[in-house]
Amino acid sequence: MDIWQTTQQAVQLLLSGDSALWGIVGVSFSVSLLAISIVLLPALLIGFSLAYGKFPGRWLILSLFNTFQSIPTVVIGLLLYMLLSRSGPLGDWKMLFTQQAMILGQILICFPILVSMMHAAFQNSDRRAWETSLTLGASIPRALLSLMWESRFPLLAAVIAAFSRIITEVGCSMMVGGNILSSTRNIPTAIALESSKGAFAQGVALGMVLLLLALGLNFFLSIARGKAHLRTN
Amino acid sequence: MKFLKTTLVILSLASASAVQAAEDMTIRLATTTSTYHSGLLDYLLPVFKKDTGYSVEVLAAGTGKSLRMGQNGDVDLVMTHAPKAEANFVEEGYGVLPRKLMHNDFVVVGPDADPAKIAGDKDVANALTKIASYNATFVSRGDDSGTHKKELNLWAQTTIEPNFGGYKAVGQGMGPTLNMASELQAYTMTDRGTWLAYQNKLDLKIVVEGDKRLFNPYQVILVNPSRYPDVNYQGAKSFSDWLVNPKAQTMINNYKRHGEQLFVADAIAQ
Repeated sequence: MDIWQTTQQAVQLLLSGDSALWGIVGVSFSVSLLAISIVLLPALLIGFSLAYGKFPGRWLILSLFNTFQSIPTVVIGLLLYMLLSRSGPLGDWKMLFTQQAMILGQILICFPILVSMMHAAFQNSDRRAWETSLTLGASIPRALLSLMWESRFPLLAAVIAAFSRIITEVGCSMMVGGNILSSTRNIPTAIALESSKGAFAQGVALGMVLLLLALGLNFFLSIARGKAHLRTN
Repeated sequence: MKFLKTTLVILSLASASAVQAAEDMTIRLATTTSTYHSGLLDYLLPVFKKDTGYSVEVLAAGTGKSLRMGQNGDVDLVMTHAPKAEANFVEEGYGVLPRKLMHNDFVVVGPDADPAKIAGDKDVANALTKIASYNATFVSRGDDSGTHKKELNLWAQTTIEPNFGGYKAVGQGMGPTLNMASELQAYTMTDRGTWLAYQNKLDLKIVVEGDKRLFNPYQVILVNPSRYPDVNYQGAKSFSDWLVNPKAQTMINNYKRHGEQLFVADAIAQ
């Protein structure tokens, strides 16, 4: 096998606008973007309350969220599969092997990451910023907004970390999505399939899309950070 | 630094020679998931090892990937069931000494409700046509495996293109595909071995069987040693020889799962 040749074929596939290939990319993005946008606000609020609130059991909840981060995605997939299966308790929903099931799985995967990283972001923020806003007469949502602005870079990093995790996730998507062509086949499940077929060019092409995405996100983050340094200097 | 380098060189040399020595008695076989999951190899390989001393490392993948591994010289021999792809594999000079080994058969399975009303049909092309005309759900392997190629071949014998609304290409192995068909209460085509192994867990039944077109021949093919001098040709050859001799062929015929014979040996008759 010639790696160079395979890569060339992959580039050609991408540039030729192969509709099957770009359809798969579309599924990946719509599912993962929807999943992360659904949980963004709840995760933000929970992360904030865990950092700024004082209530019993706070430590326990935080440890649970930290632990949930390391559950293998296939285990989440398996759990969802058993719930959504025809013989499972939620079988009547008929949700197994649909995009909704994939979204649900990715929500479960990225939620603990978001909460845990956002909690850390808020914890490292300056508590006085929050208190000053409040004493200056800002409403709680307004004070929260200014606190978020202060912590925007670690918060952004949390979102990017969570998104990278779900867009590259294969175990759960394969189990509850089923890798059905032009319905639930996304980039990672397609790569798994193409390499199992021995069609390496398609696999490499899809891998490159993921890599380009990662590159784009990181550029975005470092540009944002660069500006921050200028601003504070 | 120099010491480290020397150590590394010695270590790599030592491990390379250790691998070399071990390799001679180790054969790498790429085979379809169906032969592996049926348990046939687990039943044959210990006897082969006792007879010849060779141990066989099995890589279970679809026929497409198995042949690809052979084409890349990553394995010593392949055992697959896609006559056309195998013929290409040999013609293009990647494989040598193809031998007919055995066959089993495919069945079409579907839900009890049988929405396309094909239960008991003896004509598989007719049954597939009905599935499409009722727009019933049909789950296809869609993974370029031998079973998938077989299925496409059967669709080609109808007037229907397999892209109707209910046709779902899932790109997964036989076991997961059967589970999906059961969950979706859909039709699918499966080899009998995997069906027998999974049927207890599934909410499906056999709807079409016995058509000659559902026949599934397996071949063993050695990877061409003139293309890849590194392959263990001697080992692969002796495994192939052993498989087609009367002893192994009888063992294949005697192999049963759930009280049913899975494979019919073909090599003795030749």
